[in-house]
Amino acid sequence: MGKVSHMDESRVVIQMKDIVKKFGDFTANDHINLTVHKGEVHAILGENGAGKSTMMNVLCGLYKPTSGQICINGKEVQFSSPKDAIDIGIGMVHQHFMLIQPFTVADNIILGVEPVKGLMIDHKTAREKVVELSERYGMKVDPDAKVEDISVGMQQRVEILKVLYRGADTLILDEPTASLTPQEIEGLMEIIENLTADGKSVILITHKLKEITACADSCTIIRQGKYIRTVKVDEVNENDLAAMMVGRDVNFKVEKKDMTPGEVVLDVKNIHAKDYRDVEILRGLNLKVRRGEIVGLAGVDGNGQTELVEVLTGLRKAESGEVTLLGKDVFNKSPKETFESGISSIPADRQKHGLILDFSNEDNLILQHFEEEPYSTKGILNRKAIREHATELTEKFDVRPRGSEGAPAGTLSGGNQQKVIIAREVTNDKELLIAVNPTRGLDVGAIEFVHKYLVEQRNRNRAVLLVSFELDEIMSLSDRIEVIFDGRITGSVSGKDADEKELGFMMAGGKKHE
Amino acid sequence: MNRKKSILESNVFYTLVAVAAGFVIGAVFLVIAGISPATAYGKLLSSVFGKPKYLVWTLIYASPLIFTGLSVAFSFRTGVFNIGAEGQFVVGALAACVLGIMLKLPPVLHALVCVLAAAAAGAVWSLIVGVLKVKRGIHEVLSFIMFNWIAFYLSNYVVNLEAIHKEGGGEATKDVLESARILFPEGLRNALDCNAANWGIVLAVLAAVLIYVIIEKTTLGYKLKAVGFNSNGALYAGINADGSVLTALGISGALAGLGGAVQILGMSGRLSQFAGQEGFGFEGITVALIGSSSPVGCIFSGLFYGAMKYGGSKLSIVKAPSEVVDIIMGCVILFIAVSQVFRILFAKFHKKKEV
Repeated sequence: MGKVSHMDESRVVIQMKDIVKKFGDFTANDHINLTVHKGEVHAILGENGAGKSTMMNVLCGLYKPTSGQICINGKEVQFSSPKDAIDIGIGMVHQHFMLIQPFTVADNIILGVEPVKGLMIDHKTAREKVVELSERYGMKVDPDAKVEDISVGMQQRVEILKVLYRGADTLILDEPTASLTPQEIEGLMEIIENLTADGKSVILITHKLKEITACADSCTIIRQGKYIRTVKVDEVNENDLAAMMVGRDVNFKVEKKDMTPGEVVLDVKNIHAKDYRDVEILRGLNLKVRRGEIVGLAGVDGNGQTELVEVLTGLRKAESGEVTLLGKDVFNKSPKETFESGISSIPADRQKHGLILDFSNEDNLILQHFEEEPYSTKGILNRKAIREHATELTEKFDVRPRGSEGAPAGTLSGGNQQKVIIAREVTNDKELLIAVNPTRGLDVGAIEFVHKYLVEQRNRNRAVLLVSFELDEIMSLSDRIEVIFDGRITGSVSGKDADEKELGFMMAGGKKHE
Repeated sequence: MNRKKSILESNVFYTLVAVAAGFVIGAVFLVIAGISPATAYGKLLSSVFGKPKYLVWTLIYASPLIFTGLSVAFSFRTGVFNIGAEGQFVVGALAACVLGIMLKLPPVLHALVCVLAAAAAGAVWSLIVGVLKVKRGIHEVLSFIMFNWIAFYLSNYVVNLEAIHKEGGGEATKDVLESARILFPEGLRNALDCNAANWGIVLAVLAAVLIYVIIEKTTLGYKLKAVGFNSNGALYAGINADGSVLTALGISGALAGLGGAVQILGMSGRLSQFAGQEGFGFEGITVALIGSSSPVGCIFSGLFYGAMKYGGSKLSIVKAPSEVVDIIMGCVILFIAVSQVFRILFAKFHKKKEV
């Protein structure tokens, strides 16, 4: 994708000066500066917990800064709520969706600014507007679907449409591509380009250096709440950015020793299953995963990956087929049975499936083991053993902040929530580990870490099934890549000779070139 | 300074603020009704604290409320809403009453059988709703409300059956046999100068402690809370969500049923025909909310509600309507619901003073 800059350097739209935000004794933002020009794509780069989200929540009116100044178009402003910010044209798309699950897509988008007819919501006009907007920006959404039924990718598009619907001039996108497929990311890049061509500015919070170099004009780096510097993207490369972000050099390449795959661990034969709309989505899928290999399942969101994982983990009943684990039948069993048979998994939706957010981290870490020694004896929980277990794991898996064993999981940043899940699932040490988008929303440091653990499982002769929308991730980790399209495996390539273009072609339904 | 902060963040503080605000609003209504709040509240206080005997009566009034409060609080903590404590209370009372009249057993055993039967009746009443929810997806609030009415009419029907109806008219059952009552020994009752003094309060406190232990210390509580907080996550982790919902509703129902037993075997000694729902179950919702859904909190809020109910029953002596108690309790709930507003106001005030 080519980059066209629409930045007008003579016009500063947003200026944040010396922003400090404290929560109690903790300083999340320590004298942060940001200058955004008209028509600019400005990236904010920083590790998980560096203070990026806090900074953006200050800008969009969710938090009041402890001190510092915000100027919009040269005038100082003070927001007392996100409404003030959106009125002045600043809209934020949050990383964790803020959608009302039982409402339809259209209702979510118009929420709070509904077109009305008399006293009633004018659903027809609302729907038309939503369809018009989604078509204009090339974002496919089903306006009548309920949010609880749609994929993570579509929920993200709904969030973006919500902000566009409110007429934002400056869009803050918090990890917008985390859940999108490569094709959708390209679509988003086009939208961003359309927006900036139109004179709008985009603030992009991301960990993905590639996206920054591909579409951003400038980049502001923050580390541990402190402003590091702002650079012109043309003048730096990805390695420079990574080093500035973590304060050390980062190893991008995943080190993997050679291994010969062993016996078949997971054997999936001719699976047929329906999705939530009762439409057949898995149409005779076959898949094998062996000991000592990472199999990457590449595909565009909505081709049956989610349903396949649900079938394997016992959350969805398949219509027909066969699934065995080391020869043992695990077809259409309950989640508990599949787990006990030897399948552990890192779920796609960490807040819905991975964690009980209201539970403390230590309680989340024993979610599958609370009925076992030493965590409980005869039905009574052993708090001391639970705490020790948590302390050990948070240390080993670098969950920050330290000493948060007793704090609710919901208070951790997204990346650290993911670390809690990974700590739990990797230490389960089952025959098969299924990882679904395991690095979604994580920074490079954390990604390096997650990848290391997946490879370690493989090296310990476990089978790993990696489902990811990040083609880079699939390519750098997998020993074998299986392409899923329209509910079937349509191609298989060895991880070593994988080619991004070829994979993309196959993911779109094309046949492998011989 | 730090201590002040922790007070400003504690639930108990805001509950007390809500209670105070409730009394202020109650006073406004008293003034409108032309009654001096000082007189009315004075009477309320003296009717509770005036004599040791009054305090005993407060405990008697509080016991069933603590049970229904625990019932609702337990359901809140485990992610279901037991608005059916009313019906479970009624079937519990009914079971205790019928067995208390019909069975012929030695003293302690008879009472024990009645109490257990009441718990079982409440649990079953709640479990029917639970099965409808789990198997058929019917929302529990809907069926609970209907089951409240079924219990109500069932009770009125049974009260009028010849075998247990009081001979020679009246609208109540025969008296429950002495062997089934849970009254204190006569000497103690005489010493307390209260003929209805009973073990109910002791049972209520024991139940609260037991529920506290279940919620906080056991794997059962862990499981039920996991399902209550995030049923998807619990399912994913291999916890049987349906089984947990049923367990939670069963325990919740048993608690309400026990409340009914305590009321019949302790205080009233017989069951009357009622024109409308008595409200112990609904009052349990209030108790649970004031007690922040914590079992120990329910003991205190149950005592508070018991005192208000008992004290309120004497307000007519000073010509104040006893309904003022309901107004106060309603306002307390309202203020607890909006306690977040107080929190923000206090935080602002606190900050200003600092600057």
